[in-house]
Amino acid sequence: MAKKPKNKRRDFLQLSTVTLGAVGTAAFIWPFLKSMSPAEDTLAAGSTEVDISAIEEGQSITIKWRGKPVFIKKRTKDEIEAAKMVQAGDLRDPQDDADRVQKEEWLVLVGVCTHLGCVPLGQKVSDMKGEYDGWYCPCHGSHYDTSGRIRKGPAPKNLDVPPYTFLNDTTIKIG
Amino acid sequence: MRLLFIICLFFSSNIFAAEMSSEKMPKHEWSFQGVTGTFDRAAIQRGYKVYREVCAGCHSMKLLYYRDLIDVGFSEAQVKVIASEYTVLDGPNDDGEMFERPARPADRFVNPYANDNEARANNNGAYPPDLSVITKARKYGVDYIYNLLLGYVEPPKGMEVGNGMWYNKWMAGNQIAMPAPIADGSVDYDDGTDNNAEQLSADVTHFLHWAAEPEMEERKNLGIKVILFFIILGTIVFLAKNRLWRDVT
Amino acid sequence: MDQNRKVHQFKNPVLNWIEFRLPIISYFKKEYGDYPMPKNCNYFWSFGALATITLVTMIVSGIFLAMNYTPHTDMAFDSVERIMRDVNYGWLMRYIHSNGAAFFFIIVYIHIVRAMYFGSYKYPRELNWILGVFIFLLMMATSFLGYTLPWGQMSYWGATVITNLFSAIPIIGEGLKTWLLGDYNVGNATLNRFFALHYVLPFVIFGVVGLHVAAVHVHGSNNPDGIDIKSKNDSVNFFPYMLIKDTIAMCAFGVAISAVIFFGPNLMAEVDNYIPADPLVTPAHIVPNWYLAPFYAILRAVPDKLGGVLLMFGAIVILFVLPWLDRSKVRSCNYRPIYKWFMMGFFVNFFVLGYVGMLPAEGLYLLIARVGLLYYFGFFFIITPFVGWIEKPNKLPLSISDVYAKNIAPNIGGGEKGIPSPAMQKDTNL
Repeated sequence: MAKKPKNKRRDFLQLSTVTLGAVGTAAFIWPFLKSMSPAEDTLAAGSTEVDISAIEEGQSITIKWRGKPVFIKKRTKDEIEAAKMVQAGDLRDPQDDADRVQKEEWLVLVGVCTHLGCVPLGQKVSDMKGEYDGWYCPCHGSHYDTSGRIRKGPAPKNLDVPPYTFLNDTTIKIG
Repeated sequence: MRLLFIICLFFSSNIFAAEMSSEKMPKHEWSFQGVTGTFDRAAIQRGYKVYREVCAGCHSMKLLYYRDLIDVGFSEAQVKVIASEYTVLDGPNDDGEMFERPARPADRFVNPYANDNEARANNNGAYPPDLSVITKARKYGVDYIYNLLLGYVEPPKGMEVGNGMWYNKWMAGNQIAMPAPIADGSVDYDDGTDNNAEQLSADVTHFLHWAAEPEMEERKNLGIKVILFFIILGTIVFLAKNRLWRDVT
Repeated sequence: MDQNRKVHQFKNPVLNWIEFRLPIISYFKKEYGDYPMPKNCNYFWSFGALATITLVTMIVSGIFLAMNYTPHTDMAFDSVERIMRDVNYGWLMRYIHSNGAAFFFIIVYIHIVRAMYFGSYKYPRELNWILGVFIFLLMMATSFLGYTLPWGQMSYWGATVITNLFSAIPIIGEGLKTWLLGDYNVGNATLNRFFALHYVLPFVIFGVVGLHVAAVHVHGSNNPDGIDIKSKNDSVNFFPYMLIKDTIAMCAFGVAISAVIFFGPNLMAEVDNYIPADPLVTPAHIVPNWYLAPFYAILRAVPDKLGGVLLMFGAIVILFVLPWLDRSKVRSCNYRPIYKWFMMGFFVNFFVLGYVGMLPAEGLYLLIARVGLLYYFGFFFIITPFVGWIEKPNKLPLSISDVYAKNIAPNIGGGEKGIPSPAMQKDTNL
């Protein structure tokens, strides 16, 4: 007679043991997995200030932000015109030039090809700049225009614009 | 097994005690003591002021960042201001030259000296130790630091104190190269807390302990949960085991 | 291959598919499911499982720590502190690892005490014992290497002192030491190779543990009465009967280690190791990790450098031949009225040696260490063979089930068909 409730209780005990064991194991694994995401010092170093007073029209510089190259370009009148002329609707990743810049002459881009992560050419005067006179990725032949938008080649998206603010006329804070 | 463990702990604490000097280290009351003890944020902020105005002249805290101060109740804007009062050497810039700029929250605490040798040269050849983990690096931790700061008394009769050295009750060998750093009123508090030497010493020690173990509150918090988990699981498994083994003859 | 070989059949078709190609399922079922454990085993028999759990925990936490550690003399100390401050849960991983090492030794020591007291090293488990001593040696090497990595004062000076032991060897000693260090002093080359070895040795330990477990499963586990399993009624299956006891042991262990990790993580650490390594300043007292202190005491008890080193290593090597020094056929000290007390004396002596190993080697402490040293070797070379020869052991019980029904079942409320006991009656009221 006493057998039945006993078995029920054992089932309950077994179930809670297995459940608690599973929860405990998961809770034990979690800190280790979490430890692999960026540490506090990595996150804190996420902003960089850049002095842009020395950049001439048509020139561009590359700086490092979060370990990635960031292109800062002072565009010429022609380049701005060329970028604005394009109809956003015709593009693979439709975006107006005005949405990609804060001040017309300053273009700030993350210099990482949206295809498979190579750094596009076009920063130096002697570099290949691609068919649209912006940047050209040597890995798989993506062409970007003077607003950093994808125009030809395998890349699916425009070059990213990082978060940045003008602290004053000559300093940009990226991140 | 737990008994064995307790015995081990007992003996190891004895081992530490055995190396003590003749006088017992007086114990101070700290808010972070005990299983549920927490840091006193106001005391840490005051202690930071003492560190900045008194200790930082000679002692570095290389392992801390200005951003760490946000954890003890300073606002982000305050930390930016604090950091910007210091100058760090950065570079090289595009011209290949090092340049100075104001510190940012993501920078480490600025060293008072360019390197260890400069630190020695400026302190009679004695190196002022880095204070980042000092309460973990000394026997009796916080109590040692607190008592040391207040331990400058007259040397006993017949004791010769070396040139450039000071007598301190709690220093190993009783001679210390650091002159008494703290006296009544040596730092003014903004919040009106009494700034006698005991209070200043307690606050700066509190700050140093936080600097050494910033994870303490999170650690204790998690610890209670983990131990509870093992107790609950252990109880359930124990009941299950009793049921299971009853059928064994 | 023989297509007609007998293949185990399981309900799950996936298991069957695997089993047919690699009979690993039936292997695990046999070794960890139906494996017969003597049913009189007490909680001392859970320490093997606890040690395995700790080893795995050490390997896991170690791998994740290594992802953030920098083995360079200029950066090692700071990188460890960065783990403690900036890496997510880094403090937890490091405190698990540093305290886990100490607890690993506590557990293994209890495991060894159990093996010695209940005579688990005797026929037919001698090889098992030898593998265990190997594991112990590897553990000591690994913990020594690991202790160097934080590059604090104790790391540096501990490494200096221990590697200098090798210079005691005549003729080749100095050269050997320099070769081990890769430098004339403990330096960056040393730190790098110590890190590499510290990473790989635990996997070697894991492999030897596999052999150790496989070996014990051949003849089955020993038990507190030291008699063999004679019938099916003498044993229970590992699953679930022993697993559930191991789980209880694990929970108790979890409480103990958590108390230290979370509320006193530096209790077992040396304060000097929070001072960055300085080759120009030696700390006032160089002490080894407390779990190696007994051997350190033996080293210092001998006034001769080479002699001390030889005796220290000899103290470990002698464990290998213990099965052949003990001539008694009776395994468990419970049935050896004389040897039992010498055995307990040995454990106390080991503890005392550890105690004086942490203290300065002078005066009374040195004297105690020397007496302890004499007892240590005397126990193996004189007491063990001699007592085995003159001692008249108590009468052994007929069978394990006999012992269990008489002594154990009534106490835990088991054995419903057995003699009713007060404990049992209370239990039915629940």
